Amino acid sequence: MHKSYEEINEKIAKGEAVVLTAEEVARMAQERSPEEIARSVDVVTTATFGAMCSSGCFINFGHPEPGLRMESIRLNGVPIFGGIAAVDAYIGATEVNPDNPRYGGGHLIEALVRGESLELEAHGKGTDCYPRKYARAIISRDSVNEIIMVNPRNAYQNYPAATNSSSKTMYTYMGTLLPRFGNVTYSTSGELSPLLNDPELRTIGIGTRVLLAGAQGFVSWNGTQFNTEKPTNEFGIPLSNARTLMLTANLKHMDPRFIKAAYFERYGVSLFVGLGIPIPVLDEDIARRVSISNQQIHTTICDYAEKGHPGIAQVSYAELRSGWVELDGRRVRTAPLSSLAKAREIAKILKEQVRAGTFPISAPVQSLPVHAAVRGLNLAGDAP
Amino acid sequence: MKEKFVLEFAEQVVNEPIIYTLVKRFDVKVNILRAEISPGREGSMLVELESEPQRISEAEAWLREHQVQLIPIAQSLSFRQEECINCGACTAVCFSGCLTIGEPDWTLQVDRSKCIACGLCVPACPLGLFTLRFGD
Repeated sequence: MHKSYEEINEKIAKGEAVVLTAEEVARMAQERSPEEIARSVDVVTTATFGAMCSSGCFINFGHPEPGLRMESIRLNGVPIFGGIAAVDAYIGATEVNPDNPRYGGGHLIEALVRGESLELEAHGKGTDCYPRKYARAIISRDSVNEIIMVNPRNAYQNYPAATNSSSKTMYTYMGTLLPRFGNVTYSTSGELSPLLNDPELRTIGIGTRVLLAGAQGFVSWNGTQFNTEKPTNEFGIPLSNARTLMLTANLKHMDPRFIKAAYFERYGVSLFVGLGIPIPVLDEDIARRVSISNQQIHTTICDYAEKGHPGIAQVSYAELRSGWVELDGRRVRTAPLSSLAKAREIAKILKEQVRAGTFPISAPVQSLPVHAAVRGLNLAGDAP
Repeated sequence: MKEKFVLEFAEQVVNEPIIYTLVKRFDVKVNILRAEISPGREGSMLVELESEPQRISEAEAWLREHQVQLIPIAQSLSFRQEECINCGACTAVCFSGCLTIGEPDWTLQVDRSKCIACGLCVPACPLGLFTLRFGD
């Protein structure tokens, strides 16, 4: 059984395509074989809505008259990166206003998507071609030339769960971790998660169309820290954080329901990003992959109190979702950090768009690396 | 009848034996769940009061006369629910069972009667949607 991208798109055009969410197909797989699923299902939609620090936007403000080479730039008091051309800049999601560290790039991005106005202040040294030294302006999504979201690392394949063995509460990007294994938090959306439904990235690569914060965008490259070398379970699922995606989309088309600024206590600002990716069911192998259920997806629980956050246990997403896991013979409460309710909403919207033919399915222009490992950082000297 | 209240003490009554009077004079069973009181300053106390409804309302009237404000627990915790994204981060720290998330729809459920005003949800929410009226 093999279906081509063209055959799937023809079925979509005729209104005959069967499109299901990854949760729906996981339920279907309890009664049907991968072969039957390959025959009867054409596209499966996956989604997640989690905090992804490695996110941000390029923005071009337009030139004032006379011109300014913007070198030091702030939006609502948040420094943004101006080390590129005169009025281009990059808003990093985690950068904060030094006078109000609970407000940062994530809030700017959310405000831009909402269509709100922001105060721009920029300084330059003044050059022969850009004589102005200072500019102040009120800008918004509609006043600037482009706002292009370029997220260097999203959609982590199976982020590990977190716990804390120490005697003190830890405030982390994995939420509040209570002392003495007081809780376990997890962020991946399990059987609905994009890269867990196509674990070896047969259908997801450069040029794959994605739904990023409600806007149609694309996979532009592999994400940073892309890792294909993690151990896998018997179902081919990496047991901890492995592959990642770099994603791009036009912020002006985004939906404020699917982008949200976050502040994690004593950690900093981040950004909740909504992402949906459709997976074409090309053959039995992909049918088997998209049928994966929470019982078959395992992840590692890492101890954030120990150096290097070592893994101390492995559990399935079915266990994490039950509200309790057993750790060291004790029942420990679990809690999610990414919104399954939002992820389901995104998977449903994507399903409707694919079925309606407004979200074309295409083969990647180029595959992502088949072998890639992650390096640490060798320090130049001993820490003080 | 059993109900949880936050008692807000004005600084002039902090040194008076309020709880003793509730027990002795009004026959109200008082379970102190949390207290922050220091002499010469205002104080807050989370209590569960248990007695006949009539006795509790007499005790309430007496407390008000003595400048102790009685705030039902449901009113001390405020939550901007319409902005909630249902991430579930607050459920990681809520041990009283007030905040829960799970099947079937994974939206946050808030049962204010179970709140013990521990305040852990306030910093745990990445959107800063909780505020708690307890102490300062």
